[in-house]
Amino acid sequence: MGIGLAFIIVLGLILFAYIGTDVLGLDILFAVIFPYAAFVIFLIGFIQRVVKWGKSPVPFRIPTTAGQQFSLPWIKYSKIDNPSTGWGVALRMFFEIAFFSSLFRNTKADILNGRLYVGTNKWLWIGALAFHYCFLIILVRHLRFFVGETPWCISLIDSIDSFWQIGLPMLYMTDIIIALALLYLLGRRIFNTQVKYISLPSDYFPLFLILGIVATGILMRYFAKVDITNIKELTLGLAYLNPTVPKGIGSLFYIHLFLVSVLFAYFPFSKLMHMGGVFLSPTRNLANNNRMKRHVNPWDYPVKHRHYEEYEDEFREKMKKAGIPVEKE
Amino acid sequence: MAGLPKPEELISKVNLKKMPPKKWMDTLPVEFKPNFYCYGAKGKNLEYVNFPNARDWSPTDPDWKLPEDWKKIVIEGIKQRIERFRTFHVFMDICVRCGACADKCHFFIGTGDPKNMPVLRAELLRSVYRKYFTVGGKLFGRNGGARDLDLDVLKELWYYFYQCTECRRCSLFCPYGIDTAEITIIGRELLNLLGLNTDWISGPVANCYRTGNHLGIEPHTMKSTLEFMCNDIEEITGIKIEPSINRKGAEILFITPSGDLFADPGIYNAMGYMMLFHEIGLDYTWSTFASEGGNFGFFTSMEMAKRLHTKIYEEAKRLKVKWIIGGECGHMWRVWHQYHNTWYGPVNFLEEPVSPITGTKFENAKSNKIVHISEFTADLIRHGVLKFDKSRNDNLIVTFHDSCNTSRGMGLFEEPRYIIKNVCNHFYEMPDETIREQTFCCGGGSGLNAGEIIELRMRGGFPRANAVRYVHEKFGVNILANICAIDRATLPPLMDYWVPGMRVTGVTELVANAMIMKGEKERTMNLRMEPLPGKEE
Repeated sequence: MGIGLAFIIVLGLILFAYIGTDVLGLDILFAVIFPYAAFVIFLIGFIQRVVKWGKSPVPFRIPTTAGQQFSLPWIKYSKIDNPSTGWGVALRMFFEIAFFSSLFRNTKADILNGRLYVGTNKWLWIGALAFHYCFLIILVRHLRFFVGETPWCISLIDSIDSFWQIGLPMLYMTDIIIALALLYLLGRRIFNTQVKYISLPSDYFPLFLILGIVATGILMRYFAKVDITNIKELTLGLAYLNPTVPKGIGSLFYIHLFLVSVLFAYFPFSKLMHMGGVFLSPTRNLANNNRMKRHVNPWDYPVKHRHYEEYEDEFREKMKKAGIPVEKE
Repeated sequence: MAGLPKPEELISKVNLKKMPPKKWMDTLPVEFKPNFYCYGAKGKNLEYVNFPNARDWSPTDPDWKLPEDWKKIVIEGIKQRIERFRTFHVFMDICVRCGACADKCHFFIGTGDPKNMPVLRAELLRSVYRKYFTVGGKLFGRNGGARDLDLDVLKELWYYFYQCTECRRCSLFCPYGIDTAEITIIGRELLNLLGLNTDWISGPVANCYRTGNHLGIEPHTMKSTLEFMCNDIEEITGIKIEPSINRKGAEILFITPSGDLFADPGIYNAMGYMMLFHEIGLDYTWSTFASEGGNFGFFTSMEMAKRLHTKIYEEAKRLKVKWIIGGECGHMWRVWHQYHNTWYGPVNFLEEPVSPITGTKFENAKSNKIVHISEFTADLIRHGVLKFDKSRNDNLIVTFHDSCNTSRGMGLFEEPRYIIKNVCNHFYEMPDETIREQTFCCGGGSGLNAGEIIELRMRGGFPRANAVRYVHEKFGVNILANICAIDRATLPPLMDYWVPGMRVTGVTELVANAMIMKGEKERTMNLRMEPLPGKEE
C-alpha cells in the first residue's frame, strides 16, 4: 500500500531541491535555513516524544521472559534472557540494541502438505544489522565535515571502511553494503506478500528517502566529484553557527543535504522513533523479579471487591451443614 | 468433531503467502464467521460485577445496543490508557512493520487470515490511535495509516481482539518487544467500556465474584468434591486423606484453578496435590472462598482482575496462614507473578516462604509469598524427600507442553521437566521452535476456550498439535503433560482432532502416580483407575 506515493514524494523532494538551487538559486534556504530548521525540529521533536513516553508510567512489571527464571539455587537460570537483576537487564538491553537479539531469534513458518514447518530465518536480522551499522558508521564518518581537523578516531573508522583501497577516492565498504541492505529491506516489502500487505506509505517513504541520500552521496564521492573544499567550508560554518555559502557548490550536494534535512525533520513524527522507543520498552527493560521485589503502580486505586463476610452471609447455612468452619455461627 | 471438516481439509486451504486482493482497510465490514466468534455476554452477568452497558447482546445483531456517545467513550478510553501505560503508548508509536511477528501467531498460521498477524491486529487499533492522537494521522489520514473510528471498525476490533489468546509469542520475536497481549488486553478493556464482553468470559467472572471460583462451585459442593476424590484415593492407595477446608492457623494456603476440581483430567491433578501434601505431612488448607487461582477478570480489564484476585490475600490473612502455594495454571501464574504483588502488596502479614519439609527458602517468592507447586515439588525431589516407583508410569511416553503464560510471563521451564524426568522413564521433547519460550498456544487461552469457537480453536491449536504429532510419530509419545488448567481443558479436544489417541495430563498427576506413599497398599491402578503397567488382568 502506498509504495508509488512514497516514491513520488521523494522524487518530488529531489526535484524541489534541484529547482530551488539550480534554477531559483535559493542556496541560502537549502544550505542554511532548512538544515538548521531540520536539526532543531529533530532535537526538540525527539526529546519531546521521549519525554511524552516517559510521562506514561509503567504500572506493571511485565518483561517478556525468554529463558529459565531465577528460582531454586540448583537450577541454572538465564541471566540475560530472563534477568532477575539490574545488571541482567542492562546486558539484555545491550544485546537487544547492539545486536538485535530478538530479531536474531527469527524463524519462518510455512505449511506444506498439511504440516507446519518452522525453520530459522536470519535474513532480516542480517539486513537490519547491516543497514543500521552502516548508517552509524557513515554518520560518524561525516563528522569530519564538521570539525576543522579530523580526529584520529574518525580517521581510523575511515581507513577501516576503505580497507580494500579500491579506486580513488577509495571505496567505502559501507556505501556498498548500505545500498544493498536498503534494497533488501525494500525488496522484502515488495516481494514478501505478508510484509507487503502490512506496509504503509510511511514504511516505504524512509526507505526511498535514505536510498536517495545514499545515492546522491555515492554520486558525489565517486562520480560527480564535487568540490569538497567548498562543501567543508559550508558545513564547518554550519557547525560553528557562522554559516557562509560558498559559490559553486552543485545542486547535487544540495539535494543530498535537503534529503538529510527532511529525514531529520521527519524523524520525530515517524516510526523511526523506534530508535528511542526500544530503550523504553517495558517488556525488555525490566527485571523478572516480581515475586522478589514489589513493583509499585503509581496510579493504583482501591477497587470494589467481594469480602469474605458477604460470601459467608450468602453461604453460611450451606457451610454449616457441610461442616465447614464459619466466622459467625 | 461435529460440524468440522477433516483435519487435512481444514488446514489444506490455508496459504500463509496468499493475501487478499483488497487492502486491509478496505475489507470492512468484517464477516462474522460462525465458529470464529464467541457468544455475547448476558446482561445479568455484566450487571452482577457492575460492568457498563449491561444488556443481553449478540455479536451478529446489527444493533449492538451501544451507548449514544460510544465513540467518545472509546477515544477517551484510549487517551486514558496512553497516559497510564507506557507499554501501550510506546507500542502504538514505534512499530516499523518489519513483519517478524507475522508468522509467529498460531491464529495466523491456523487461519491464514492476515488480520491475525500480530502486527495487523495491532494496526487495527493503531490506525484509530493515529487518527485521533498523532500529527501524521490527523494530517494525512489514510495515507498516514489512520482511519476513523466507526461501527464497522469497532466490530472489527471486537472480532480480532477475541481471536488473540494473549500468548505473547509475537512479543518474543519483536525487535522492540511490542507485546500484542498488552495491546489485546487494552483493546478488550476498551470494548468492555461498552459492555462488549463474551458469555464465556463474563459468566465465569460473575461466578468467581460470587462463589469465589469460575465454575460457580459453592462451598459445600467443593467439600464433597474433595471428599469424593479422597474416596478414590483411598480405593487406589488404601490411604484415607482428610483435607482441611477453611482451617484457620494452617501453615499454608493452597489454591489451584477450579478447573482442577471439575473435569477430567484436571481432577487427577487435584488428587495428586492432596496425595503429595499428605505424604509429606504438609500443614495446609483449602479455601472455599479463595477457590480459584485463575482469573478471567484478567481477560476483561485490569480493574476486574484486581477485584477478583484480592480475595486470595484477604483469605490468607483471615486464615492466618504463613504463605501460599499455587497449583498448576497458566494465566493464573502470569497474574500472580507479574501483577498480583503490585495490586495487593506489600504483603507484610505473611512470612517469606520456607519449605517446612526441606528448609529451602524460596528466595524468588520472598516478597509476594506465593510459591509454584512445581518449584515446591522440584525442591522436594531434589532433597530426596519423595520415593518413586517410576515403572508405574512406564506405559506413558511423555512430552511436555510449555504453557504460554508460565513460559513468556515467568520462565518456568526446568522445574516441571525435572519433576517429569524423576517420575517417568520415557520423556521426549518436541522440536526446539515449539517449546520453552517459543512454545505454541493450546489455541484456547485468554477466555477463548468456548465451545462455540471450536473451529477457531482447532486452527489456533494446529501448530501445537503439529509438534505433538511429530513426537507421536517419531518417538511414540502418547501423553502430553502440562502445568495449566486451561490446557487440561483445551488440549484433549485438540488432540482428539489432530492426534487421536494422545492423552493429556497434569504434572502432579504423574508425580502422585509414581510416588510411593507410606502405608499404601500394593497399587494396581493409576489415578484414573486404569490398571498400572504389568497389573493388567
